Amino acid sequence: MRVADLRARVERLGSGVTSHVHRLGFASRFLAYLVLHSGTALRRFRLTIAEIYFAGVLSLVIILVSGLFVGMVLALQGYETLQRFGASESLGVLVALSLVRELGPVVAGLLFASRAGSAITAEIGLMKATEQLSAMEMMAVDPIARVVAPRFWGGVLSMPLLAGLFSAMGIFGGYLVGVQLIGVDAGAFWSQMQAAVDVRNDIWNGVIKSLVFGVAVTWIAVFEGYDAPPTAEGVSRATTRTVVTSSLAILFLDFILTALMFTGGNHQ
Amino acid sequence: MNRSTIDLWVGLFVVAGIAGLLFLALKVGNLASFSSSQSYQVQAKFANIGGLKVRGPVKSAGVVVGRVADVRFDNESYEALVTLNIDLNYQFPRDTTAKILTSGILGEQYVGLEAGGDGVMLKNGDRLRLTQSAVVLENLISQFLFNKAAEGKPEAKPEGK
Repeated sequence: MRVADLRARVERLGSGVTSHVHRLGFASRFLAYLVLHSGTALRRFRLTIAEIYFAGVLSLVIILVSGLFVGMVLALQGYETLQRFGASESLGVLVALSLVRELGPVVAGLLFASRAGSAITAEIGLMKATEQLSAMEMMAVDPIARVVAPRFWGGVLSMPLLAGLFSAMGIFGGYLVGVQLIGVDAGAFWSQMQAAVDVRNDIWNGVIKSLVFGVAVTWIAVFEGYDAPPTAEGVSRATTRTVVTSSLAILFLDFILTALMFTGGNHQ
Repeated sequence: MNRSTIDLWVGLFVVAGIAGLLFLALKVGNLASFSSSQSYQVQAKFANIGGLKVRGPVKSAGVVVGRVADVRFDNESYEALVTLNIDLNYQFPRDTTAKILTSGILGEQYVGLEAGGDGVMLKNGDRLRLTQSAVVLENLISQFLFNKAAEGKPEAKPEGK
């Protein structure tokens, strides 16, 4: 009995690993097919523009408001700590570096995953459940090229812009609280920030991060939608999984990218 | 929602996004200064550079005139070899002194240049002969304590060196 029990457990573990690897391989081939067949989405760019509207423009309000408040909170908290060391003039550096390097891409990515990623999954999943994708195939229209690719490129193009706006809005929020409310010297706030923030090392790396997150989130979103079981329950599960998986993916990728980008520079 | 409205909003979104990134690059990152200007390189050896970092400022009379381009260790003289990029707009005499200074008490370290009196100006690839190392706090304290101890003993010779 014991041995059979153990064997069943090991088998379950094995099948779990196999199915995950299988799914990852399927997702990778899906991505490769998607990129190779995105000619339509890029040639008929209007399809992609409509998706930029749904993924990017409609996420603007939440991105801008969150950015403003994150920046304001950073300035309040940062001032409390810096002021103990008599370094409150460095507030601008603290706010700008935390936003540009980390919070901008990561928080914008998380918001994008829950605002736009879940919508993409639900839309594609429902199209599959109502057999619209099969209908397209019947009419010799490739649903990946016509439906999935524009959504993918729309998300990938929107994400860096959203992250940039998030950081810019956050720095503006930090300026509002730090300079206008608390009374840190405006000259020191901007000049120390400009002296410390490097365009290539900090801002460009932040843009690269947001681009990577954009690819990861939209890839997960379109794949989950396309792979969802064509039932109400299946679509709802796929939507949840999109948000969970892409949030974890963002945090994991962020760690890897930060380790690659920001640790080598200090050793001259 | 009709087509032109969507186009308008996407256009506005892209313009706003690019404006945000430009704001970051120009206002926050200060791309405009020191990236386009031409510079020349000079080297200087220091016995100790303290916490000097690559891309640290090079200042003369408090004005930023260049950046630290490279810091490496010289295997023959056991000193630090620092390469400085100085803006071509600023010319210095050949006998200029380079010092490693600190801005404020806890501030970052920078290279301070003090012009000499030579008529010949520095060229690309020249080496600064006169340098002064960073002040190491531990050495300063031990020197101070040593002097205090020497003062305390009545039979000790004044100026023990």
